[in-house]
Amino acid sequence: MDETKLRFATTHEWVDRDGETATVGITRFAVDQLTDVTFLELPKVGKVLKAGDEFGVIESVKSTSPLYAPVAGEVIAVNDAAMKDTGLINDDPYTKGWMLKMKLAPSATLDHLKSHSDYETQIADSH
Amino acid sequence: MPYLLNTEADIAEMLARIGAASIDDLFAPIPSELRLQRPLAIPPGMDEITLTEHMSTLARKNQSASDAVCFLGGGAYDHFVPSVVDVIASRSENYTAYTPYQAEASQGTLQCVFEYQTLMCQLAGMDVANASLYEGGSAVAEAVLMALSFTGRTGEVLIAESVHPEYRLTLETYLANLNCKVRTLPTPDGVLNPDDVAKAVNDQTVAVVAQSPNFFGHLEEMEAIGVQAKKAGALFIASFDPVSMGILKRPGDYGADIAVAEGQGLGVPLGFGGPYLGILACKKEFLRKIPGRLVGQTTDRNGVRSWVLTLQAHEQHIARNRATSNICTNQSLLALRATVHLTALGPQGLKETAELCLQKSHYAASELCKIPGVSMMSATPFFKEFTIRVGGDAKEVLKRLRAEGYHAGLATGQWYPNRKDCITIAVTEKRTREEIDGLAAKLASVLKA
Amino acid sequence: MNNPQSTELIFELSHKGRRCHRLPASDVPMQTVVLPGYQTASAPPPLPEVGEIDLIRHFTNLSTRNMCIDTHFYPLGSCTMKYNPKRHERLAGLPGFANLHPLQDDDTIQGMLELLFGMQEYLIEISGLPAVSLQPAAGAQGELAALFVAAAYFRDKGQTHRRKVLVPDSAHGTNPASAALAGFEAVTIKSGSDGLVDLNDLKTKLGDDTGVFMITNPNTLGLFEKNIKTIAEMVHGAGGLIYLDGANMNAILGITRPGDFGADMQHYNVHKTFTGPHGGGGPGSGPITVRDFLAPYLPAPIVRRDGDRYFLDNDMPKSIGRVRSFFGTIGILFRGYCYVRTLGRDGLRAASEHAVLNANYLRARVAEGYDVPHPGPCMHEFVASARSLMKGKKVRAMDVCKRLLDFGYHAPTVYFPLVVPEALMMEPTETESRETLDAFADTLLAIRNEDPEMLKSAPHTHIVSRPDEVKAAKEPILRWQE
Repeated sequence: MDETKLRFATTHEWVDRDGETATVGITRFAVDQLTDVTFLELPKVGKVLKAGDEFGVIESVKSTSPLYAPVAGEVIAVNDAAMKDTGLINDDPYTKGWMLKMKLAPSATLDHLKSHSDYETQIADSH
Repeated sequence: MPYLLNTEADIAEMLARIGAASIDDLFAPIPSELRLQRPLAIPPGMDEITLTEHMSTLARKNQSASDAVCFLGGGAYDHFVPSVVDVIASRSENYTAYTPYQAEASQGTLQCVFEYQTLMCQLAGMDVANASLYEGGSAVAEAVLMALSFTGRTGEVLIAESVHPEYRLTLETYLANLNCKVRTLPTPDGVLNPDDVAKAVNDQTVAVVAQSPNFFGHLEEMEAIGVQAKKAGALFIASFDPVSMGILKRPGDYGADIAVAEGQGLGVPLGFGGPYLGILACKKEFLRKIPGRLVGQTTDRNGVRSWVLTLQAHEQHIARNRATSNICTNQSLLALRATVHLTALGPQGLKETAELCLQKSHYAASELCKIPGVSMMSATPFFKEFTIRVGGDAKEVLKRLRAEGYHAGLATGQWYPNRKDCITIAVTEKRTREEIDGLAAKLASVLKA
Repeated sequence: MNNPQSTELIFELSHKGRRCHRLPASDVPMQTVVLPGYQTASAPPPLPEVGEIDLIRHFTNLSTRNMCIDTHFYPLGSCTMKYNPKRHERLAGLPGFANLHPLQDDDTIQGMLELLFGMQEYLIEISGLPAVSLQPAAGAQGELAALFVAAAYFRDKGQTHRRKVLVPDSAHGTNPASAALAGFEAVTIKSGSDGLVDLNDLKTKLGDDTGVFMITNPNTLGLFEKNIKTIAEMVHGAGGLIYLDGANMNAILGITRPGDFGADMQHYNVHKTFTGPHGGGGPGSGPITVRDFLAPYLPAPIVRRDGDRYFLDNDMPKSIGRVRSFFGTIGILFRGYCYVRTLGRDGLRAASEHAVLNANYLRARVAEGYDVPHPGPCMHEFVASARSLMKGKKVRAMDVCKRLLDFGYHAPTVYFPLVVPEALMMEPTETESRETLDAFADTLLAIRNEDPEMLKSAPHTHIVSRPDEVKAAKEPILRWQE
């Protein structure tokens, strides 16, 4: 996974667009902030999301955080393996730890999302 | 001053170390115009001898369940509490500790709660139980909040009119500001008709709540009610009596999704209504919606089996406004009492207690119904509590029986205005034949008069 | 001393056929009770089977695995772990109190009602707010009940647009959780660098939609919100109500009153301020007091007096209803009453004075080796930070806490409030002596200079050390199974 090709939400989700579909996960920075992920809840396949909608919840021992859809579309697959073994998210947030595959809504755009370098700036500022 | 240790000399040295001239200086951040400029209007203090005399005087102004024969129920029962319960609960290490935030310094409390959770699962036939809620009423409300969160529905919560009236009031209060209505299903026959549930549910029904034995003491057809709830995709919430589990089918076995109970009957003194114990247990699919604390088993860094507070991410101190419940302090000491109580009883003791309640209450019902003008309010089965009609103003009858030394029962009409001639009577394993016969004789003479 | 006896799980000690409590034979003529088959169980629940000595040894040995006030100094911030007087336990056991049924007729509970009426009066006097409900089961439920009262009041006044509850970022988690449950939207108000409510942030967030501002005062940093009067004027000016989280009342008994500094509603934690035993996590008791215009909405019933007679008043048509069954956590209210009567007006004030003295003394001692980020004086508690240890030795606040356990001290509250990094929140209470505070401070300072590895692997003297919380959460085992 070439992270520099991804687009990022300020809420720390990444999107990898491939034509009309997109894969969504959360960033290494977010995972490190969470520490060991203990629980991941994802939506059912078929759920239609607008950009900014809450699509799930991720927990560690000391935190619980909502996950937000970075783009609009319909959920066509969720990562069952990551729900069963949340260690995948800690080990490999950009490939094995993916969360959703979405079919993008016709009007969906990624223009509101940040580039890799802009996201890097964002997290540097938050330190 | 009572309980204070620092002498004048200590205080002077402490102030010097702090760099303050007086204790009053320490309160400098409080603007002077906000200070109370007079002593509190509260009486002067009392030494222990005076306090003991004062409290004993107040105690003597009460006519307790030990001064009169107690047939009162309605969610609080005069069950026997074995001595071992008091001995364990009154150990300093149990009652002067707090929430087990530091696992290493609280393995005793944590293991007891883990045992409590296991016992509650065994008792209710469920997969998971929390570390306790306040009491039976808010336990119903918390179960409904779970159902709201789990189903995502915004329709009605259906609750049988035969559920404890104070539990229903509590539920209504909890839901008054949320997007969900409570609808009470009438129980004109003293129990809920499952067909009425079938007619009332729809695809937005959040939950169906029923209680068995119900407030009148009678058994609901829980399995059939549950079937109707599930057909509509609603959760079935059952309020049960822990003591009845010695002989009755468990909520988990008759299809309840969430089981709640007032745990007072498990080793908790009557104590005028609290502290009591809210029990909540459920099927494992609702694990992530459980309110309050949970204790889990794990291992420590040396591989030793140990216990910790777990799944805290759902609790208010982490989830804050996203939490499904706001509970923090719970009823840990009462959960400990229930744990010791159930352990003392064991399966055989719980069964025998339940059988004694069943036998004695049925004997009482048959004796009372021999009195002219007295009849059962409902012909349905009951466990340890039942409701009779006395053909007149029940409150007046009860008042006369009090004068004869009997807390004879509850005036059902104070919660059910169309049942002003009804008395709800509870008979625990502690009541003797002599006491029951005495009640029957006195009731007969009161009604004759 | 490590004593492994009988500390397996009670289920593992079970031995088929053993019994502890035995029941008498039935003394009534045998009743042929036919319960329908679908109502009955084929066997009782599979509870453990043990003898009386098994039971006593098990639970007694387990109890020795706890730290508690009666054995250890317990400076757990925000929890007010003061001494629990033994006289309260004996008096609570008097049959005239312990054996009262909650639904007895008022005529048979005059002594209990007199006591509760007295407690109502004392709580009114201490808070300076004229109406009270003793019903809420704990502080969190008191908050919730008060927010229900506020919601009912706004509904009654046609102001249902007041949907927002403002909560400082240093607040207890129960505040935003209660707000959400009462149908409000929780909005966070920032703290300034002085640890107090940021008035500018508050100003920008006040408006037509403001319902309630929930404030803890003294706040969770142990600081008195010196601008409280201005804050109250701002909130009232916007048409909102002030709610006081009374968790920290132990600092101000008889010194200042919430009703006098602008609060419209407050809860008490009777188990903290008036020393109800904390019971390993509860029970609590969370009465609320409110201004007169909110009184009609309080939970019913309330104890009232008519001449010499006391009665439970349920005739409150505007009441929010009930937040629980029965009257309240009587056992804790009872002990609170005993405590108020023992201390009396002067003793209550002295308790707060000494709580504040002890906290400031401990603060001064702790500051010899730890950051204490906010200027003093503090009230009854303060927050120190282990951040310098974190920067240098990578030792975290939790490591310090775990090491304290080795020296026989319960740990302070850790990582709360959220606004201070590596927070160590300490509340010594007034019932501790200077020697205890010195010994604790000396230990805390000595720990600072220990080998970091010693701290990171602490505790070393307890039966377990650092149970794996991640494992517990990932694969929850929440009950014993065969």
